Amino acid sequence: MASTLTTDAAGPMRTGGLSRLLENRNVLGGLFLLPAAVILLLFLTYPLGLGVWLGFTDTQIGRSGIFIGLENYEYLWSDSVFWLSVFNTVLYTVAASALKFALGLWLALILNERLPFKAFFRAIVLLPWVVPTVLSAIAFWWIYDAQFSILSWSLIKLGIIDTPINFLGDPNLARASVIAANVWRGIPFVAITLLAGLQTIPPSLYEAAMLDGANSWQRLRHVTLPMLTPIIAVVMTFSVLFTFTDFQLIYVLTRGGPVNATHLMATLSFQRAIPGGHLGEGAAIAIAMIPFLLAAILFSYFGLQRRKWQQGGRD
Amino acid sequence: MAVTETFDKKKHDEGGATYLERTPRRLVTLYLPLAIFVIVLLFPFYWMTITALKPDNQLTDYDHYSPFWVVKPTLDHIRYLLFETSYLPWLWNTIVISVAATFLSIFAAVLAAYAIERLRFTGSRQVGLGIFLAYLVPPSILFIPLAFMVFKLGLYDSKWALILTYPTFLIPFCTWLLMGYFRSIPYELEECALIDGATRLQILVKIILPLSVPGLISASIFAFTLSWNEFIYALTFIQSSENKTVPVGVLTELVRSDVYEWGALMAGALFGSLPVVILYSFFVDYYVSSMTGAVKE
Repeated sequence: MASTLTTDAAGPMRTGGLSRLLENRNVLGGLFLLPAAVILLLFLTYPLGLGVWLGFTDTQIGRSGIFIGLENYEYLWSDSVFWLSVFNTVLYTVAASALKFALGLWLALILNERLPFKAFFRAIVLLPWVVPTVLSAIAFWWIYDAQFSILSWSLIKLGIIDTPINFLGDPNLARASVIAANVWRGIPFVAITLLAGLQTIPPSLYEAAMLDGANSWQRLRHVTLPMLTPIIAVVMTFSVLFTFTDFQLIYVLTRGGPVNATHLMATLSFQRAIPGGHLGEGAAIAIAMIPFLLAAILFSYFGLQRRKWQQGGRD
Repeated sequence: MAVTETFDKKKHDEGGATYLERTPRRLVTLYLPLAIFVIVLLFPFYWMTITALKPDNQLTDYDHYSPFWVVKPTLDHIRYLLFETSYLPWLWNTIVISVAATFLSIFAAVLAAYAIERLRFTGSRQVGLGIFLAYLVPPSILFIPLAFMVFKLGLYDSKWALILTYPTFLIPFCTWLLMGYFRSIPYELEECALIDGATRLQILVKIILPLSVPGLISASIFAFTLSWNEFIYALTFIQSSENKTVPVGVLTELVRSDVYEWGALMAGALFGSLPVVILYSFFVDYYVSSMTGAVKE
């Protein structure tokens, strides 16, 4: 029976050529993969190549372009708005990811404690991540309203400030506001995935550490974090990836304003390509994101490598 | 206090040595931060709901009415949203597109995951890795070339543009998730069926799929939510109002530059979120397991 599974020649089959062909794992494998492969090659791999190609052309909406070499990239190189968007994207990604990690880990540690209604809390904290980003961003838009912000109103009532905060009107405040909204949405993802990691750490390790006199900070630093490193690497890679390529939140809250202070590479690429009509230039901006994404993936890869090593080289 | 503490000591098995910490300390280190987290994470939803129910005169008049509560709630904004805008068609579009994209993706993903995980054809490992890498390609890189293609294929401004492009991020995710589930099903079951003369397709349909129902539910719920929430493709590929999805419709049609109708906007945001929230509340555990499963594998 094992030979049927492990060898390609499936023994003396009484059936005809066609069904024997269908027993061949390579033929069958190819057939089974066909639907996924067609969709992914057509709508993922091909567009990826097409995007690279468009980046080298001056294609506009309604007019097919010609090859212009690196002209788009040369133009972007001397475009201060592009560099501002790169700066914004890096700042947005680093600040939001760091905050998401710190707060997410904290929330995960809280939820890992013995709590009443734990399942209920775990379910409701995930809500920000479940609802459509655009719709929660609209709620934030209203919360950040220049005149009627509920945050400003509360702070004025508490006597902390005198005039309403212009959350989305001032460049630095706008950056802080969009980062805060992104963190709000990202915390649940980080917290719940890290919680799953925390639950795999055996309690005996903590008991041993306590017997050795470790305080709670030392237990976190020398037991929890090392045990959690592999999953932190993966979660944060995903988080960085999503944050770096974020589009929706900025599009709803600021559209890149005020004076491009919150333009991310993704929103700038959209702005130049779709309303602006310069598909080639927009594609070039999108392609410029790839090196950063590759860096994030490599980071994840080495995080996973470390897991293998920690588990004694198991695959 | 004393009662809770003795009770705590009896039940110390779960959290290791946490029973050594006393209740007042737990109050500050645990319950207070938890309360702040919950309030901050849920406040936007509360604010959304309360704004949607406020009559226009209370909406911005914080001096006469407490902003945190609503006196005489009204359904005007919701009625306006449902009957005087294209909200219901958007809702219908979103449902059709999400369901179709989810079915298409699950179908393709089941076959692909089974092939990669169980048929072990030449190069299956490489294909598995490729699927994982495909998952990492973000829509914000693909939307420009895809818009170009969608236009050339004549799919611009039709539901098909979205039904066919959403699987680009759903299939990699679902395949990856289902591979994990299939891996946990014992080989012996398949061997028995092979001896009994079952074909691979029969094995997949009659043995593997019934055993991986939880995985299929997880993948479907997650795929449905992802399609429901998708924005950038829907914004780029759809132009006419009657073909829009909820997120795009609410943002582009309810926001007029002169005056913001916050009540209707918040009602739109609330009603657009409710279907996924309801679905989520029924399948929390599946949802969580697919989210953590995708990261852990």
